Amino acid sequence: MSKVRPNYVRPLDIRGGHVDMSHGSGGRAMAQLIEQLFAAAFDNEWLAQRNDQALLPQPEGRIVMSTDCHVVSPLFFPGGDIGCLSVHGTINDVAMSGARPLYLAAGFILEEGFPLAELKRIVDSMAAASRDAGVPIVTGDTKVVEAGKGDGVFITTTGVGVVPPGILISGDRARPGDRIIVSGTMGDHGMAVMSQRESLAFGTDLVSDTAALHGLVAAMIEAVPEVRVLRDPTRGGLATTLNEIAAQSGAGMLIDEAAVPVLRQVEAACEFLGLDPLYVANEGKLVAIVPPENAQRLLEVMRAQPLGRNAALIGEVIEDPHHFVQMRTRFGGKRIVDWLAGDQLPRIC
Amino acid sequence: MCLAIPVRVVELLGESTAIVDLDGIRKEISLALVDGVQVGDYVILHVGYALSRLDPDEAERTLALFAALPSQRAVLTA
Amino acid sequence: MKYIDEFRDGALARNIAASIAAEAEPARRYNLMEFCGGHTHAISRYGVADLLPPPVRMIHGPGCPVCVLPIGRIDLAIQLALEQRVILCTYGDCLRIPASNNLSLLKAKARGGDVRMIYSPADALKIAQAHPGREVVFFAIGFETTTPPTALIIKDAARLGLANLSVLCNHVLTPAAITNILESPEVRQLGTLALDGFIGPAHVSTIIGSRPYEFFAEEYRKPVVIAGFEPLDVMQAVLMLVRQINEGRAEVENEFTRAVTREGNLKAQALVSEVFELRRSFEWRGLGQVPYSALRIREAFAAFDAERKFSLETRSVADNKACECGAILRGVKHPRDCKVFGTVCTPENPIGSCMVSSEGACAAYYSYGRFREIPISAAA
Repeated sequence: MSKVRPNYVRPLDIRGGHVDMSHGSGGRAMAQLIEQLFAAAFDNEWLAQRNDQALLPQPEGRIVMSTDCHVVSPLFFPGGDIGCLSVHGTINDVAMSGARPLYLAAGFILEEGFPLAELKRIVDSMAAASRDAGVPIVTGDTKVVEAGKGDGVFITTTGVGVVPPGILISGDRARPGDRIIVSGTMGDHGMAVMSQRESLAFGTDLVSDTAALHGLVAAMIEAVPEVRVLRDPTRGGLATTLNEIAAQSGAGMLIDEAAVPVLRQVEAACEFLGLDPLYVANEGKLVAIVPPENAQRLLEVMRAQPLGRNAALIGEVIEDPHHFVQMRTRFGGKRIVDWLAGDQLPRIC
Repeated sequence: MCLAIPVRVVELLGESTAIVDLDGIRKEISLALVDGVQVGDYVILHVGYALSRLDPDEAERTLALFAALPSQRAVLTA
Repeated sequence: MKYIDEFRDGALARNIAASIAAEAEPARRYNLMEFCGGHTHAISRYGVADLLPPPVRMIHGPGCPVCVLPIGRIDLAIQLALEQRVILCTYGDCLRIPASNNLSLLKAKARGGDVRMIYSPADALKIAQAHPGREVVFFAIGFETTTPPTALIIKDAARLGLANLSVLCNHVLTPAAITNILESPEVRQLGTLALDGFIGPAHVSTIIGSRPYEFFAEEYRKPVVIAGFEPLDVMQAVLMLVRQINEGRAEVENEFTRAVTREGNLKAQALVSEVFELRRSFEWRGLGQVPYSALRIREAFAAFDAERKFSLETRSVADNKACECGAILRGVKHPRDCKVFGTVCTPENPIGSCMVSSEGACAAYYSYGRFREIPISAAA
């Protein structure tokens, strides 16, 4: 009698296998990859239906949608990886409108040859981030590109959420007199990632601050619905975000260098490389702009939240037809905190 | 024009290299340009090389100079 | 951060500012040139100008190795990356400098050139060891501070018998640049540039010592104060210069005593002499040909000289006619005086060298200071 089991399908060799072109072809290999890797990790009622789309209940309120592409290198860094980063990033973008994030979609572009073990690490990390945040990944897609045409893996996440009634949060709503608050220390993520870069590497305990901020935002707008602007200072750092808001709102800003919280290790790492922490990326922090009479209350509410423990009031919005972001330096003089030409680069001069 | 920072030597390694520390950030650097560096010394670091040792007494003296009270003497006009 | 934070203390800054204000004679002018780009950057970044009284004017000098690097030399690096297909190792500062044909090292990378940013010359050595089948060229720039590390890797490469590493040497010398300024017509004859004293570079001086500046003090009767890197150092140096000028002295004083001695780092100096020799002349962007102002690799280390190895010929490339970098580098004009400043020429689209480097006079002024000229009303 044959001992071969009928309908036996060899399981995906996650430990030693690699992505190959068949995984993107739409055939059995791809179905297996989705089944045994993605769906197994993300596991929810919508994915279980195995449709190309997710049928969702009618949302109660104004819909917010946001999308983010993630190409971070290295894929794994102290405190996180491209997986959880992609979940947190889109949840945060949705949350910055005041919305409660409800669902996520995830698209993967995989490079031929990428180790399945690393893919599993990333997917499991996404699944954990999604579960902890309470925002399921309800639909997705995957494609494979030839070796050399991708950086291991690129992830695009899209999120939808619902804004509570009466909330109007937008980058153009800052007004002279409003106070500027940050939720915590600046520059952690960027320097944590930089510490891994070949040639620039340095020894450090620094970890990325990547986190989902929707819980913090919900607490903030429940206590202070008058919040005018929320934004997470990702690429380009706090300086870029403030300049964006200043331009959108047609106002200027004046901040106090001594008031901006920065970890000592981040300051030190920046000294080594000639970088300015104000321009270094964050992935678990937000900037809030609020009318002056609500500032103190907002600060209290934020500080009571785990992700807002180090919230600080750093400045105010002012009249300025040129939309400059000015800063009183620790030293006593004043300077502007300008837009950057491109990425901040380590320098020797 | 030359970005250099004072860092503390925390460990001497072979071949004229050392580990330095600045507020918890550690880096391996070369001591090939400076002789007689000990653990605990501060060096001026530039592009991965120590350029000179920092003299703590002179640093104190300089800080004291900064704190010297402004002169009270009247300025004579030309 | 020890030996950093204390030298940025705001209270001490106000104290020194008060001294400067008390001692700077209102009827007199103190035109002080800070030679070093790092000082230009510190003055701008910390708003030191806000703390100086009206009689004291800071003039930015040419001590920015990126700013004075001629376009023709960057063209050579780009050529090596794109045509000879070497691994081109460079400091981050050089990546965005616009060169000929609308290229930069960053754009060359986008076109397939293997351009790698490194933190230390030692990294270039490591890359050469890791890729024995590829030619690796280190694009070396910098004043005397940065030269000894380059000398070391050349010696290491010789010791290790590394056949695939070479250096494209653009190291330049501080005293030659100071002479160039002091000999310029605006200073020497015309008197259009009033120059009363120099703030000497911090880290260059750790290597060369304070001795080389004594020549300038004696020959040209200009006081020199070597200042540390932090804003308090710069302010204290300003105070010391004001005092010298008031007392009619022209001496070399050292504010950066915690790191600079009269002799400097003799070991580093010896190493540099062993590996490099003076070029008779070298073109500086904005200053033209400057005699005995730059270094090239000695015959004994010819195998590690990219110019010889790849038979490189440097072309002289003129700057845009509207560019005032030359005058600005010599301190004769202010960025404001340049017709294209802030309009055609910005940090995003730099026309000239002063805008390219973050410590160039134009870039520093644009990024940190241009708001001063523009009236802004601040909320109470």
